This record gives sequence, C-alpha cells and structure tokens, in this order.
Amino acid sequence: MTKNEFLSSLSQTLAELPEQDVAQSLAYYSEMIDDYMENGMTEEEAVETLGSVEEVSAQILADVPVQDQTEDEPAPRKSMEVWKIILLILGSPLWFPLLITAASVLVSVYVTIWAVVISLYTVVASLAAGAISGILGCVAFGFRADAIQAMLFLGVGLLCAGLAIFSFFGCNQVAKGVVWLSRTIWLWLGRCFWRRGDAE
Amino acid sequence: MDIQLKRGLLDVCVLAAIKNEDSYGYQIIKDMKPYVQISESTLYPILRRLEAASYLTVWTAEHGGRLRKYYHITPLGLKRIEDFKQEWKEIVSIYQFVVREEQRNDEE
Repeated sequence: MTKNEFLSSLSQTLAELPEQDVAQSLAYYSEMIDDYMENGMTEEEAVETLGSVEEVSAQILADVPVQDQTEDEPAPRKSMEVWKIILLILGSPLWFPLLITAASVLVSVYVTIWAVVISLYTVVASLAAGAISGILGCVAFGFRADAIQAMLFLGVGLLCAGLAIFSFFGCNQVAKGVVWLSRTIWLWLGRCFWRRGDAE
Repeated sequence: MDIQLKRGLLDVCVLAAIKNEDSYGYQIIKDMKPYVQISESTLYPILRRLEAASYLTVWTAEHGGRLRKYYHITPLGLKRIEDFKQEWKEIVSIYQFVVREEQRNDEE
C-alpha cells in the first residue's frame, strides 16, 4: 500500500469525526510515514509499520471521548444537572408530599419508641413511689402498734424498692439500646445515600 | 499492566522525551524505544491528550519540503513530571508494604 492509499482509506474510516480531527490525524500519520522513509524504509515498509488502516482508525476513534475525560468532563454532566433540576421542580407536587410523609413516619416511629422508653421509666418511678409509701405505711402502723399491718407494708415497700432498682437498670439498658439502634439506622441510611451519590 | 496506570506512565514518558528539547513523533518513539516500546497509534492519542491538558504545545516547522510538528513542554508539563516523581515514591512505599505483608504471611 502506498502512503496516499493508506491516508485516503484512513480518512474514509474517520468520516464520522470533525474535519479538523481528521486533518490532524492524517497530518500525524503522513509525517510518520515520511520520517520512516527518511530513515531508510521504503514507502511500503513505512506504511506496513503503522499497522492496518482498521487498527489505526479504531485507536483514533476509541480515544475521541478520552480526550474529553481528561479535562472537560463536566460538559455533558452539566446539561444532565440542568435536567435534574427541572425534573425536581416539575416533580415537586409529587415528591414534596412524599418527603413530608416519609419524614412524619420517621418522626412518629421515633416518638413511639421513646414513648415506650418513657413509660418504662414511669413504671420504675411508680414502683419507687410504691416502695416509699410502703415504708411510710410500715412506720405509720408501727406507731399504732399494729405489727401485722406494719410487716405487710414493709414487705410490699421492700418488694417495690427491689423491683424499682432492678427495672431501673433494665430501662437504662433499653434506652441505650434504642440510642444505639437509631444511630445505626441513621448511619446505614447515610451510607446508602453516600453510595448512591458516588455511583452517579 | 493496569490500563489506567500504564496510560499515566506513558504520558509522563512522553513528557520526559520532550523535556530537554522539543521533539517530533518519530524521534519520541525512537528515544523511548530502549525503555518502553510504543506504537505510532499509541503515541498519537497521548500527544493529543497532553496538548488538550496544556502539558505541551505544538508548533510546526518545515523540514525537507514538508511540515513536521514539534512538541514543546509547558511549565504545567514540567510540573507533571515532578509530581510523578513524588507519586512514584508513594508507589514504592506501597510496594514495600505489600511485599512486607506477604513475607510476614509466609513466616506465620
């Protein structure tokens, strides 16, 4: 194949590229062939060194988007972002109520869980109150020299006190568990969004 | 070799080939040959990429009745070479870590 044959069939395979790119590619390969010939190769050998027209054009075509990637990658992305913004605005009647709903569900779940915790603490408090009144009752009946009643109240009071102390620690554990659980869920949610952000 | 890594390395190689004096396609391939062999089709996109990234500029001179393109390194291109040398130190220390962990694994 002669140099001219090589270049003309190369320009045909590059037809889809902008004219300037084609001209640049042809100039490069033309210069290469000339330089090989200047350094002792025949025209045929020089053309052969470059490989087949198909290989050469495939490499040029494969690299066209690469050039954009190095420097100005944001160009296509920008237009996509504009579209995203438009879609966001147009879709606001749809996603805004959904967002509100999701947020309120989340809040109500939170409130419910904490209500359970608070009610558990209330049980502890009422047990403690029972313990105090039991002991007070014991003292009151003691003054009236009613030993059986006094012992009964003391027993109930001590029982309440024991249960209160016991359940107080239990409640603490439950509260800690809830805090840990909610933090884990938040972290997990956060990571989901992060990952999605990375993928885009 | 990893394609991204190799591409980055060849970019720096080409910059190094034009660092001391402006050079042209054929000469760049010839200068690199003892160290790394690249084809004309490989060099072409690299040159375009480096030009697009302002690591080099192109000027044209007449040579034996035809035109030849010369590539001139920019300050940004020189900085790229310096950055590469720094990055390479990091790569070497990563390599040392990998090898050391491997040896430790063998000993256990």
